[in-house]
Amino acid sequence: MGFLDIRNVTKSYGSVEVLHQVDIEVQEGEFLVLVGPSGCGKSTLLNMIAGLEGITGGEIAIRDKVVNGVHPSKRNIAMVFQSYALYPNMTVAQNITFGLEMHGIPKPDREKAMASVAGLLQIGDLLGRKPGQLSGGQRQRVAMGRALVRDPDVFLFDEPLSNLDAKLRVDMRTEIKKLHQKLGTTIVYVTHDQIEAMTLSTRIAVMYDGYVQQLGTPKDIYDSPANLFVATFMGSPAMNVLPSKLVERDGALHVLVSDSDGRELALRVENAPASYAAYKDREVLLGIRPEAITDPDGADRNARNVRPMTNTVGVTEPAGADTFVTMALSGKDCIARMRADAEVHPGQPFDFAVNMDKAVLFDPKTEDRIA
Amino acid sequence: MAVASTDTAIRSSNWSRMLIYLVLLLFALFYLLPFGIMLVNSLKPLEEITGGNMVALPRTWTIEPWLSAWSTAQIGVEPTGLRPYFINSIMMAVPAVLLSTIVGALNGYVLTKWQFRGSTIVFGLLLFSCFIPFQIVLIPMARILGLLQIAGTTPGLVLVHFVYGIGFTTLYFRNYYAAFPTELVRAAQIDGAGFFQIFRRILLPSSGPIIAVSFIWQFTNIWNDFLFGASFASGGSAPMTVALNNLVNSSTGVREYNVHFAGAIMAAGPTLLVYIVAGRYFVRGLMAGSVKG
Ligand SMILES: Nc1ncnc2c1ncn2[C@@H]1O[C@H](COP(=O)(O)OP(=O)(O)OP(=O)(O)O)[C@@H](O)[C@H]1O
Ligand SMILES: [Mg+2]
Repeated sequence: MGFLDIRNVTKSYGSVEVLHQVDIEVQEGEFLVLVGPSGCGKSTLLNMIAGLEGITGGEIAIRDKVVNGVHPSKRNIAMVFQSYALYPNMTVAQNITFGLEMHGIPKPDREKAMASVAGLLQIGDLLGRKPGQLSGGQRQRVAMGRALVRDPDVFLFDEPLSNLDAKLRVDMRTEIKKLHQKLGTTIVYVTHDQIEAMTLSTRIAVMYDGYVQQLGTPKDIYDSPANLFVATFMGSPAMNVLPSKLVERDGALHVLVSDSDGRELALRVENAPASYAAYKDREVLLGIRPEAITDPDGADRNARNVRPMTNTVGVTEPAGADTFVTMALSGKDCIARMRADAEVHPGQPFDFAVNMDKAVLFDPKTEDRIA
Repeated sequence: MAVASTDTAIRSSNWSRMLIYLVLLLFALFYLLPFGIMLVNSLKPLEEITGGNMVALPRTWTIEPWLSAWSTAQIGVEPTGLRPYFINSIMMAVPAVLLSTIVGALNGYVLTKWQFRGSTIVFGLLLFSCFIPFQIVLIPMARILGLLQIAGTTPGLVLVHFVYGIGFTTLYFRNYYAAFPTELVRAAQIDGAGFFQIFRRILLPSSGPIIAVSFIWQFTNIWNDFLFGASFASGGSAPMTVALNNLVNSSTGVREYNVHFAGAIMAAGPTLLVYIVAGRYFVRGLMAGSVKG
């Protein structure tokens, strides 16, 4: 039993089912991020937890109490909206205490609660202003203040940073993370930004098309994606997916890809899971992240199975901290991530190091990871 | 060089600006002309009007026609002046405007923020009511007023105008609230506010401009209505418009044009006043909304 239980929840609008059998258990103090492309049903799920949308099937429980049909204000949740949804005609102070007032909390207690939240978020000097007189970051803070002041069991965030500019978004991201570490509250956070998901969460639910594709820690999701969708959605630049063939040579499994001239390259696989045997001599998709293909000096020292690979460099893109190299592999563009000062030149052959520890294989038909 | 060119730029913009003002002034005068003539003639003794020159300023100024129109002139058969009918109109227009605005606002709130199955059809029907010609409802309405036993009374007229106004006020408020962020309503729901609290605390404070629009529209229409007034209110409960008609058409004695003019201005006064007062709030509200962003 979790702190927040989502049990086989479905949602239909008319005859269209937009969420299918979602089953997530959130522990107390967890930071769960729902991530996925637009229209996958993240907001719908969040609104169902909040009680703003009805539940078509299954049940949602907070602290072991089933809340299906319970009014949003009685679930002891608080929500921060994408547009902040600050009441335009009220001052910051009134915005923050409105919920307490509606719950019949006496004025002295309201003011005490507001003072502590204002101190925590450093918005003390904004209390007399109207939302129209605040900057984006300040509005964001006030919106969080309004959620915090209620001291809810669960915080719900619906893309709270997507209206901010890039710099502020990173700052506020850190601030939210700090706040979570400090208060240890349970948070469900919706975003379509996979970096936000990776940096903030203790667990991630990757959603697509109304299904939870994978639920796991950021490391699980990143290193062992359940399927091709999760593999390519999470990570930037995206994971390289290369058509290849699994064969046995000299008593070991090898993945065969072709270099830019169509010549065969064999990459040895070590410690292969038993399931690989069934795919011997069959087409598979090799998934390998850009940072697993490097210059030999940049290879991970702790990796046990680093394989050499010579290929012609296509394009180089210096990005300050790293240099990205694009090359042709198995007829696809493949991106490698080198140290900033690696000697790579377009059109020249180069000896890459491939960290096969990090390579994953997918079944080309089901698109699931072979594990 | 730069200085010289700015100089001419300013001068030419001054000229074009003056031209614009001149044209505007001419149009304003043209539109004010009828009102000016009414005002001038309402302040003259009758002989000066019958003597010929309608456009000239009074030779002897007098407020006698105003006093007469207000309290002593013959309306139909009674020499009561327009005063009781003016009061009738106020008693009719104020409740009807308030009621139709309140109900329209609530309708708009429900139709946008608490949508239910078939709410678009309900809105379509309400919208349709804006386009029903007055003449069609006269007889059914008379029947209903009769059944309610308020035929020929001011409350009867209030009911007629209230019901007839709901279509328009609902249209205004629905369109206004459709653009009002639904997330605010949801936030208020989570904060624990109920149906009416959300309306009163969240929506209403932002509704100034549309309330002004609804007030102006409803008041002007209800105050100026003649057909319903003539059809459903008889004798002592007639509104101002009907009384003005009776004043002008009273056939006894000479036609006192100066009194007629004074009465006509009295009849037009409240709508002018509402426009001048509420119109300013209207513009102010719009500006406040656009600056907020
Ligand atoms: N009221 C509704 N009626 C019918 N379909 C709806 C309704 N609301 C949402 N949907 C559908 O449900 C699906 C999920 O919508 P949802 O808003 O949860 O997406 P999302 O993941 O939050 O996307 P975004 O990142 O764009 O906010 C979408 O396909 C959407 O078209
Ligand atoms: Mg959304």
